[in-house]
Amino acid sequence: MIPRRTGTDRAGPERAGTPRTGTGKAGTEDLFGEVSPPPRPVARAKRSPATAAEPGLSPESAISIAMLTLATRDILEGAVEPLWVRGEVVGLKPHRNGHWYFTLKDAEAQIRCVTWASDARRLPAPPDEGMTVTALGKLTVFPARGELQLRVITMEAAGDGLWRKAFEQVRRKLDAEGLFAAERKRPLPLLPRCIAVVTSTDGAVLHDVVSVIKRRCRITQVVVSHAAVQGDDAPASLVAALHRVARWGHADVVILGRGGGSREDLWAFNDERVVRAAAGMPVPVISAVGHETDVTLCDLAADQRAATPSAAAELAVPHLADLVRRVRQLGIDLRDAGVAHGEAAGERLAAAGVAVSRAAAMPIERRRLELEGLAGRLHALSPLATLARGYAVVTDDRNRVITSALAVAPGDALVARFSDGRVTARAERITPELDGAVEGEL
Amino acid sequence: MNFEKRVQRLEEIVRALESREMTLDKGLRLFEEGIACLRDASEELARAEAAVQVLRERTDGIIEARDLRA
Repeated sequence: MIPRRTGTDRAGPERAGTPRTGTGKAGTEDLFGEVSPPPRPVARAKRSPATAAEPGLSPESAISIAMLTLATRDILEGAVEPLWVRGEVVGLKPHRNGHWYFTLKDAEAQIRCVTWASDARRLPAPPDEGMTVTALGKLTVFPARGELQLRVITMEAAGDGLWRKAFEQVRRKLDAEGLFAAERKRPLPLLPRCIAVVTSTDGAVLHDVVSVIKRRCRITQVVVSHAAVQGDDAPASLVAALHRVARWGHADVVILGRGGGSREDLWAFNDERVVRAAAGMPVPVISAVGHETDVTLCDLAADQRAATPSAAAELAVPHLADLVRRVRQLGIDLRDAGVAHGEAAGERLAAAGVAVSRAAAMPIERRRLELEGLAGRLHALSPLATLARGYAVVTDDRNRVITSALAVAPGDALVARFSDGRVTARAERITPELDGAVEGEL
Repeated sequence: MNFEKRVQRLEEIVRALESREMTLDKGLRLFEEGIACLRDASEELARAEAAVQVLRERTDGIIEARDLRA
């Protein structure tokens, strides 16, 4: 029944030399606050049955129940190595102090079990009632009840059941709050000035991100906000690192990253506090945790998910050369559009000029009204760009725009305004034209 | 205005100027705005490369970025 070693093997000198401390005794104290009674004469009693004075071998040397149960415990613990067992969980009660008490059973038998708080903390969630688990346990005796007890160090339900249960519990809760909603996802900026990487400065993530950014877009600055990315401290450390980035306020994008690892290693990225902190960042977050097949709740809460830290960096920054080309092309487009616009406006100006000269042929009163209207339109077509194309604005010496040759008499002082300066002139000869644009002859 | 907005505005301006349906005056103003956007966008792309920095919280609670020494 008991693999490899027999009870007698284990009850030998090895046991005598082993201090009776550690988990078994600590458990007793945790539960009852008692100090264990002094040790155990039983093994010796076995070997020297002849001596009636040996404890427990005569009515006079009767031993206490505590001594009996503790001796039993010692023998049992010494004889049996931790074993993997399979059974159904019944009546699990998490205690206030963090210990779990439950029974493991199958069709024929059952055994009382305990998982100390220090072990329970390493498990993602307590098993559900009726869940079949595989548990690694150490056989012991619970002295206060004289019961056989399995101290379960760790356990797993079929199909990663406990991890999945813990994951699902947090996922459902945060999903109900809308933390993973598609509407919350923000677009990444075209060109971030600064990217904050939340990761461990000891890991490869920072190096990977920096090398991609230097290669693609060296003008984007990288800052790192250090966090422990695994272990008991990781959730609080990650939250603090995210908050540092938010409070600093100069990052345009956050990359939350960690290299591959076991499910336990990545577990901090499923921690509710971390997921909330990631979702609450004021700027878009790209999550790159573990390998592509590992989906964490941080991945679900992030604005974008990347398979690797390098892929996250590629999402975060463009190729600088592409942007330089694009802006250069826009410069060319702008110049061309400006010229085309100037020409179009010039054509309209010319058309207005034709109308002016037509108006010149009309009866005097109508002509005046037409001219005033046309002068307004000409003004609306604006001077400066037209001037740049070789036109000049002509005013009289009191700076009033002269819009018609007919408004000028020989000898009048005229000012021609070019785009780059003025020329003062005097009219010599007036030659009204009936067709074509009016261009004052100076 | 960030780089992205500048580039978008620049594209808008080019489209508007190409449409030819505005007064010369308005066109000129847009053209000048386009030149300013172009200059700012180009300057942004010419920024200097910065060293990798690490964020630390000072004892007074202020977060600062310092060069990361490998």
